[in-house]
Amino acid sequence: MNLPNDAAGQEDVRAIISRHAHREGALLPILHAIQADRGWIDETAIRTVAHALNLSRAEVHGVVSFYHDFRTRPEPRPVIKLCRAEACQARGSEPLAEWAQSRAGDRVAIEPVYCLGLCSVGPNAMLGDDVHARLDQASLGALIEAL
Amino acid sequence: MRILISDDALAIACGADRVANAFAKAAPDAEIVRVSSWGMHWLEPLVEIELDGTRTGYGPVSPADVPAILDGRGDAIRIGDVAAHPFIAAQTRLTFARAGRTRPLSLDDYEATGGWAGLRAARAMTPQQIVETVTASGLRGRGGAGFPAGIKWKTVLDAPGARKYIVCNADEGDSGTFADRMLIEGDPYLLIEGMAIAGLATGADTGFVYVRSEYPHAIAKLEAAVAASRAIVAPFRIEVRTGAGAYVCGEETSLLNSLEGKRGEVRAKPPLPAHQGLFGRPTVINNVLTLAAVPFVLAEGPQAYADYGMGRSRGTMPIQLAGNIRHGGLFETAFGITLGELVDAIGGGTESGRPVRAVQVGGPLGAYFPPALFDTPFDYEAFAARDGLIGHGGVTVFDDRVDMAAQARFAMAFCAVESCGKCTPCRIGSTRGIETIDRIVANENRLANIALVEELCETMKFGSLCALGGFTPYPVLSALHHFPEDFGLKDAAE
Ligand SMILES: Cc1cc2nc3c(=O)[nH]c(=O)nc-3n(C[C@H](O)[C@H](O)[C@H](O)COP(=O)(O)O)c2cc1C
Ligand code: SF4
Ligand code: FES
Repeated sequence: MNLPNDAAGQEDVRAIISRHAHREGALLPILHAIQADRGWIDETAIRTVAHALNLSRAEVHGVVSFYHDFRTRPEPRPVIKLCRAEACQARGSEPLAEWAQSRAGDRVAIEPVYCLGLCSVGPNAMLGDDVHARLDQASLGALIEAL
Repeated sequence: MRILISDDALAIACGADRVANAFAKAAPDAEIVRVSSWGMHWLEPLVEIELDGTRTGYGPVSPADVPAILDGRGDAIRIGDVAAHPFIAAQTRLTFARAGRTRPLSLDDYEATGGWAGLRAARAMTPQQIVETVTASGLRGRGGAGFPAGIKWKTVLDAPGARKYIVCNADEGDSGTFADRMLIEGDPYLLIEGMAIAGLATGADTGFVYVRSEYPHAIAKLEAAVAASRAIVAPFRIEVRTGAGAYVCGEETSLLNSLEGKRGEVRAKPPLPAHQGLFGRPTVINNVLTLAAVPFVLAEGPQAYADYGMGRSRGTMPIQLAGNIRHGGLFETAFGITLGELVDAIGGGTESGRPVRAVQVGGPLGAYFPPALFDTPFDYEAFAARDGLIGHGGVTVFDDRVDMAAQARFAMAFCAVESCGKCTPCRIGSTRGIETIDRIVANENRLANIALVEELCETMKFGSLCALGGFTPYPVLSALHHFPEDFGLKDAAE
């Protein structure tokens, strides 16, 4: 595999690429792995990936920017993804989200997510891979406090 | 003593792991068995205590209830025989036959409950015979469009090509739906068996399952199940892929682009995926529930499946009762049950105890129905005849506090955020739709702006390449037509 000169400090990215490069349609698995590893996908990583997969930088950029999951900026704060889709709306997610935003302040990021597949027990939230159901101010407040 | 507790993500989100830990501490000699969920979500965490071969259910259980349950008290949350619960007894569970009853990753449990019988039957048939069997069952795609599965498979079987693919659509983006998630988490081998049968039927040796990233539990279970069953389905092989948070990637051609590592833009058809799908090769793309229905069809014969249902909607549909509903969860039943029976008789009305005002059927692209339309039978054609759709079978209930203009605005906003950007009516029209609804609510040129929304919806319906732009008018116009008072109109005639 040819690597660009400016890819110093990209050993982890290169290791990820070589783990996945043999797969059909390797780009998304690679981007997921980079984000899991580093929390976001920076410009240098994009360049390294583009070079390794024989794509243009613009192509990889286009893919990264298309998907809501991929971050092109670091998020240093802990993130709570609060479901804002219809079934959770029907169970009070909108006023709860507003409350959570003010409670979290600048310390915790409250991000919207559209459905977690727990639509009969909302309002629901996800922290990393952990899921939480039947949230109200008390239980969501406790989650925010614990972060 | 055996203690059965689900390890489904919903049960865990409701505290099942904490309850399991509490039992492990309080009853160190008991065997704690993590099973799939029965799908009675209002009762999760649901616990079954098995003593001398008799199971007694309790729910919803919190860690504080554990001592009372072990002492034989806990009357307030005792359910008794879970299988005999009216919510379960009233169902026809073909696809979810194992729900609540088996350990999701146990190959022994799967075998002991008829697992792999469909695959064995398929191995004794020619590809043509398998396709004919699926066609004769009347099975239609459960992802939303309701396209006959057998016809799709036949197209791929007849398509020339040395390499073909089976792609399972587990993107399940619709709000109000969770059956794919429950199936994958609760009975992953059933999906794997269905995919292997599809492979035999069409000559495909590779399968991909595209699971949305919001389902980490399902992804982990499926990966474990794929690894454990590799030898059983070989030479067919399956790979699990993770989505990246784009709703439109549930659309089949967008999903294929995403699997190829591209932007999830929708492709124009033709070519059909069945002719030129993944990497340009003939591809079957089916929803989780479609593929999971296939082992029953092969094992029991097509007529056994087709005997259920009405009209051109054959078999059963795993319906998902969601939102503000007292008895939410998974209700698998033959097509033909009415919306009112589902919401009132089975769902028990709203959880808040307030009157039901609106029900959205079929996810974010589905219409809002008022109680006046509760006599609509659950059937593809019957819903279409009332300007609605059943989609993936999600039923989301709202009480009388809902603001239908806000719901219409949300539908437009969701379309604007999730649009793949390819068509102007979807990309731009949805944003104009938001602004126009805001003006209606603010009573700026109300009647003219209502006419403008209707016009925008027409343009979106006919000028969009896929159902994201094309069907967003369903929730918008149904809200406007059935609930005109929320838009500042006195009645529908205005
Ligand atoms: C915007 C959009 C989102 C969709 N999302 C899903 C989805 O999450 N899951 C699914 O199975 N089908 C989804 N579909 C339908 C698929 O395009 C396709 O019809 C389906 O995967 C075919 O499988 P089936 O015939 O087994 O239903 C979506 C369609 C559109 C237009
Ligand atoms: S309707 Fe919207 S999502 Fe569908 S292809 Fe057009 S722009 Fe993309
Ligand atoms: S709508 Fe919130 S989990 Fe589905």
